[in-house]
Amino acid sequence: MIAACNLEIAVLLAGMVILMLEAFAPRLEKRTLAFAAIGALAAVFVATWFIEPNPAGETLNGFWSFYTADELSIFFKRFALLTTILVLVMMTDYAPVILSESAGPSRLGEFFALPIFTCAGLMYLVSAIDFVMIFVSLELVTISFYVLVSFNRRNAATLEAGVKYLVLSAVSTAFLVYGIAWIFGVTGETSLARITAALADPAIERGGALFGAVLVLVALGFKIAAVPFHIWVPDVYQGAPTPVTAFLSVGSKAAGFVVLLRVLQPFLMLPQMRRLIVLLALLTVVYGNVAALPQTNLKRLLGYSSIAHAGYLLIGVACFDGRAVVFYLVAYLLMTLLSFAVLVIVAQQTGEEIADFDGLANRSPFLAFAMLIGMLSLAGLPFTAGFFGKFFIFYSAVAQRQVALVIVGVVTVACGFYYYLKVVRAMYWQPSPASTTPIRLSALSRTTIVAMMAATIFLGVYPQPILRALKPSAERVARSTR
Amino acid sequence: MILLLVLLPLIAAIAILAGAPARKTALAGSIVTLAATLSALVRFDASARGFQQVVTVPISADWGLNFIVGVDGLSLIMILLAAIVTVAAVWFAGKIDKYESAFYACLLLISGGAIGAFASIDLFFFYAFHELALIPTFLLIGIWGSGNRAAAAWKITIYLVIGSFILLLGLILLYQSVPVESRSFDMRVLQAAAGQIVPEAQRHIYLLLLIGFGILISLFPFHSWAPEAYASAPPPAAMLHAGVLKKFGLYGLLRLAVPVLPQGAEHWTKLLLVLLLGNIIYIGLVTIAQKRLDWMLGYSSVMHMGYVFLGIASANLLGTAGAATLMFAHGLSIALLFALAGEVRKRTGTLVFEELGGLGKVMPFAGLAFGFGAFAAIGLPGFANFAGEIMIFFGAFRNGWELQRFHIFQIATLLALWGVVISTVYMLRAYRRVFMGTMAERWNDLVDLRRELRLPLCLLIAALLWFGFFPQSFVRIVAPGFETYFTAKR
Repeated sequence: MIAACNLEIAVLLAGMVILMLEAFAPRLEKRTLAFAAIGALAAVFVATWFIEPNPAGETLNGFWSFYTADELSIFFKRFALLTTILVLVMMTDYAPVILSESAGPSRLGEFFALPIFTCAGLMYLVSAIDFVMIFVSLELVTISFYVLVSFNRRNAATLEAGVKYLVLSAVSTAFLVYGIAWIFGVTGETSLARITAALADPAIERGGALFGAVLVLVALGFKIAAVPFHIWVPDVYQGAPTPVTAFLSVGSKAAGFVVLLRVLQPFLMLPQMRRLIVLLALLTVVYGNVAALPQTNLKRLLGYSSIAHAGYLLIGVACFDGRAVVFYLVAYLLMTLLSFAVLVIVAQQTGEEIADFDGLANRSPFLAFAMLIGMLSLAGLPFTAGFFGKFFIFYSAVAQRQVALVIVGVVTVACGFYYYLKVVRAMYWQPSPASTTPIRLSALSRTTIVAMMAATIFLGVYPQPILRALKPSAERVARSTR
Repeated sequence: MILLLVLLPLIAAIAILAGAPARKTALAGSIVTLAATLSALVRFDASARGFQQVVTVPISADWGLNFIVGVDGLSLIMILLAAIVTVAAVWFAGKIDKYESAFYACLLLISGGAIGAFASIDLFFFYAFHELALIPTFLLIGIWGSGNRAAAAWKITIYLVIGSFILLLGLILLYQSVPVESRSFDMRVLQAAAGQIVPEAQRHIYLLLLIGFGILISLFPFHSWAPEAYASAPPPAAMLHAGVLKKFGLYGLLRLAVPVLPQGAEHWTKLLLVLLLGNIIYIGLVTIAQKRLDWMLGYSSVMHMGYVFLGIASANLLGTAGAATLMFAHGLSIALLFALAGEVRKRTGTLVFEELGGLGKVMPFAGLAFGFGAFAAIGLPGFANFAGEIMIFFGAFRNGWELQRFHIFQIATLLALWGVVISTVYMLRAYRRVFMGTMAERWNDLVDLRRELRLPLCLLIAALLWFGFFPQSFVRIVAPGFETYFTAKR
């Protein structure tokens, strides 16, 4: 048995070792570094099953007052590790682009090392139960993303994306700190558990706490790309290197939602908070889906679709259904990374426009089929993980009689089918362009894509593993919402 | 056995995608499916009530979710329809120019989705299997369609997605409105708990199901996707979709709305009657005005749904048994007509009435088969359609019948009877304009159907005639299930 905090330490050590290798062994084949990183993260992933249980007790102090190793956090540590591993696989495919765009010495080692630090940040973040810890780990994630987003710094679009992300991220951080300050000012606490206890006191000033909570919500809205805090998303998603976009849309979003679930718990007794989230959810679903309709660039389309999915997730948050949100996030991880994995490979041959996928079914039936599964799951067709995600979300919305959310949800799902099927149409209907050379892909990528496809379909038929893994934590969330 | 039935088309589709010879595998798969259905039919115990040959695979204990397949009379008959039409459609498809394996895989996926939906006792899979057919339909119309295929493909897909998500909401609401201890997606449990759903909830659920299923069935005014899609779809796809898949919605109404939501059904009867008269009268008149055979057939299939709705609305044994019979008969006859329309288009390149005529001289067999199909669609005695329609009309007329007063059901039935006249007009007109009259010179060297193509058509015609002359063999299988519904209600 290992203490939970050793996991993060192991991940951080792995990241540093890889940076050192980059510095002191310049002759080393760079891809070895990526494989080493994947191996190290996979070892940590396995180690998550041998964690010491969270120390029990009503009053936890010291380290355990701001760090928890409950089921939810362990689950999301695995989630973060898996995401990072898949992103690293994508990065090995993307390496030629980085090499061709950097004129000076190759910095591939850093490209492979930075996601590991992000991963450590994500793992701390999902365990954080104190605002200070939340803030620090969120910054660790964000700062490593600053570098990753603008990694191809000679590319103007990438640079623009990097600047946008930097500025808006900084603003959202400011909101977060200010919100934490208000909450601390009202309750005198930073620990979430103690804030809950403090808010139960009728003598407390609710207004100030609510204001603080709204500011925190704004900051988190930025992380999860909820409307109206989404302005950065399309440009940054389009400009950033594709694996980073994938990482941003899965890792960053999942972390945002875990924090949202945790942070909202003390404030859910305030009815205004719930109305606000319902409003956010409505805006996000409608905007994300409608704005995605006319897109012609696939990366940008996926950017808008990630806004749309944030909206569905917010519906789950508005209905206090932690389990539905978590399942949706898992499905989202699989289908988004699957689509991005195909995009990374195809984009190097042709381009990122949807039109560049014309006739892909002829050139590479395998990649086209993988993309088909990804798109259908994103759209929410049964027998894919995405459908169960939407099913659970709609289930809790109907149970809560959130009529507006349900109606808007159904209409926007139909929009979603339109723009995801546009990609399917390009791959299968459209005649092939002149070049019909088959697209090569490495054995590692092929295995990864097959595994993701299999997992997407498996969870679409048999969701029980995820539901079972989450059962205790879901009960905890349910208990706290009562 | 039933599990095998559900999986066979899917396995065949996967085998084709994996590289097995497309046409041979598809044909073998569909024929084995038909044989398995017939053997299930033989082993079916018509005297027993409830589902038989049930197989249960647990999926999620938390949600009471299981994969359960099994058959009762109604579902067995629908599976038989699906199996017959699949054989005919696959047989008829012939050589495909591009992506042959994908074409056959799509056909089998539609068929597998339909059979899976009919065989599922669990609502979740009942729903999910139907959705399985959505993307193959989109691809079939988009890749191999004709005419304005892109618009048609988008239209049918978006319509059906909205319909099925409304349906999903209805199913979720249904699940949540029974008391917690009997919550389940299992239809048998839901039917047992039917009395515990409060009338207000029944009204909401019924409306959601009516609109959701209604969109899938092309209930007026949600019908506009159907003619366009069927006109553009390749003939085998139109056969399967109009013949089998569209019956999913009707099957769902018969399976859920009639037994579980009697008060909801009663509350919305007037609305449903108005809408179904829209199907019969309004769409009927629109059908007469069509100038192309494929559009006319598409509209006629929309119109005939009105009769089935009338049977469902009548909510008695005679009406619902008639609805089931007509669903089956219509599936066979419309598949026959779409197959022939496809053959005519393949030979002449057009389906506009103005340009055709007299084709019966050069294609006598096609003319004869089309005559059978047209007469069946009109509802001539001797065809299964007649048996279904007459049961529906009697069932509907008898509903709320008192000597002194004329109820809305009697008025609706009388108006619906005019539908028979309307369908006679457009069917005979189409028959005359395509196969009778003077023939243009350029059609002189057309050839009739090859011998091996005649076999699937004969299969369809034989089934139509068999159940037309011996409707009792059909009703005997279907009726016990409905009897349970109506005795449980009282």
